[in-house]
Amino acid sequence: MKGYIARQLVQLVVVVIGISVLAFVILHVLGDPVLLLLPQNAGKEEFERYRHLLGLDQPLYVQYWKFLSSAVVGDFGKSWYADTPAFRLVAERMPPTIYLTLAGLGVALLIALPLGVLAALRRHSAVDMLCTVLAVAGQAMPIFWLGIMLIIIFAVRLRALPASGYGTWQNFVMPAFCLGAFLAPLTMRLVRSGLIEVMNMEFIKTARAKGLGEGKVVIKHAFRNACIPVITVLGLQFGQLLGGAVVTETVFAWPGVATLTVESIRNQDFPVVQCAVILLALVIVVVNLVVDLIVTFIDPRIRTGA
Amino acid sequence: MKAVSAETKVDLAGLGEAQALAVDERGASLRRLGRLRWGLAAAGVLLVIVASAVLAPWIVPHDPLAVNIRHRLAPPAWMEGGDARHFLGTDQVGRDLVSRVIYGGRVSLVIGVTAVLLSTSIGVLLGLGAGYFGGRSDWTIMTLVNVMLTFPFVLLALAVIAVLGPSLVNMIIVLGVAGWPIYARVVRAETMAIREREFVLAGRALGMSHPRIVFRQIVPNLVSAIVVIATLQVAQVIILESFLSFLGLGIQPPTPAWGNMLGEGRVYMLNSWWIATFPGLAIFVTTLMINLIGNALRDWLDPHMKL
Repeated sequence: MKGYIARQLVQLVVVVIGISVLAFVILHVLGDPVLLLLPQNAGKEEFERYRHLLGLDQPLYVQYWKFLSSAVVGDFGKSWYADTPAFRLVAERMPPTIYLTLAGLGVALLIALPLGVLAALRRHSAVDMLCTVLAVAGQAMPIFWLGIMLIIIFAVRLRALPASGYGTWQNFVMPAFCLGAFLAPLTMRLVRSGLIEVMNMEFIKTARAKGLGEGKVVIKHAFRNACIPVITVLGLQFGQLLGGAVVTETVFAWPGVATLTVESIRNQDFPVVQCAVILLALVIVVVNLVVDLIVTFIDPRIRTGA
Repeated sequence: MKAVSAETKVDLAGLGEAQALAVDERGASLRRLGRLRWGLAAAGVLLVIVASAVLAPWIVPHDPLAVNIRHRLAPPAWMEGGDARHFLGTDQVGRDLVSRVIYGGRVSLVIGVTAVLLSTSIGVLLGLGAGYFGGRSDWTIMTLVNVMLTFPFVLLALAVIAVLGPSLVNMIIVLGVAGWPIYARVVRAETMAIREREFVLAGRALGMSHPRIVFRQIVPNLVSAIVVIATLQVAQVIILESFLSFLGLGIQPPTPAWGNMLGEGRVYMLNSWWIATFPGLAIFVTTLMINLIGNALRDWLDPHMKL
């Protein structure tokens, strides 16, 4: 168990360093910040002076080392655009993104759990068919289009919900639904297949043979076991969920990290982009680790190393 | 294992179970047949979409770039004030939406297919390397895969495009390079399993070279899995490409692409819903058809495959 956690932690560090290298390479090797910062007609000395000022004339590994060693203590440099520390800009925008992600996850579970359970218990029934259709359609749905359609229907036509903004529960309805619709198809399929597998096992027969009611068998015995693959895969998909949040945020002008990142990419504000990318990666990796630990905790087969 | 349990359970309950299993099996194969039929129907629709994209210059009713300010924001033909000449209406500068949606398919399909070919080649080669040779190359490649799979694909693509600048070729490169890990992971796992099979050992004992073993003995066994993933990935790439174009970081206007039409239409959604609706519908229908084909292919090529 201890060895397992240690291995996971090593993996965590490797992945975060890998992403920092990736972010650094993309922004420093592929693009030249000075070219973007200065006006086109600036003189050659001006370019050199700025390059020196930003430390861009040093070898890449020196730049990366400087970047990494200050990043470890939360110093990602100042935004080139707003003249505030990049870390503060990103940290301020983190809560809305986290709330949206949680709300989206909640909506996905609200849709996927009942439908998935019903589909598994009544295989090949109308509910099962409906689930299949929803899953296939949901996976093909571009959620930015879904978001726009929701805005046209509920904000423009019916005037029932605000098209954008943040603060009240009404603001959460459409973005959360959008993100939930993105995650629900996968979750539903996992719940369905997980439950079907568990329902065929011997201990379910034992529970029934004891004379337990069907409701108790499903909820107390089957469902709990079916949760394990669902939690595992959802944890692994957390990065995808954040990817969905990126798309949702940009459609609804949600004041989260994703909107900030897209804005910063447009402004070529590299310190902010780097900081956002690395903090998001950190969040994803930590969530993956926590999910791993939860699964280990609830599944004795993994806990005992069987 | 199964034979033993069948012999020991000769009681009625066991018989009932066997029957139930048979019924279930029949249900499953019926469903499979049903999905194959769906796949064929989807292939038909996709063929129409591809044909219309290829033949766009000859079949569109109007020039997709022709501006006509007097006919701007015309609603679809069936609505009040609609114009029969513009079946799906016109956009903010009076360009015909039918023609633009048909032309928009060209960009999405070209990017979808070429980017997937690129990521398939990279992913399969790296996956074979990791799975066949193992050891350090395996560790390096799988760490890279983990790094890339951890991180949202969308943000990575956004950052690279922002630095490289948006163009058709850059989009293909970025989407192609970003998409390889999923192939590498599947190919590696399969390769590791096949590597230990007798026919590979026999090949090695006979003195076959590594490339020959890999490409003649291992790869043929991976083709179905690769084809299925690649098909499903085309749909994902099309969605991602349109999202980039939607943000203005992909195909640039005035070239019609479903994504940038959607992005432009968003500004006018207050009064003219059709501008954003139809390009999005085109993306949805296309990706839906591709997914249906992918699912059918999976059932047809290998019903036991779990992806």
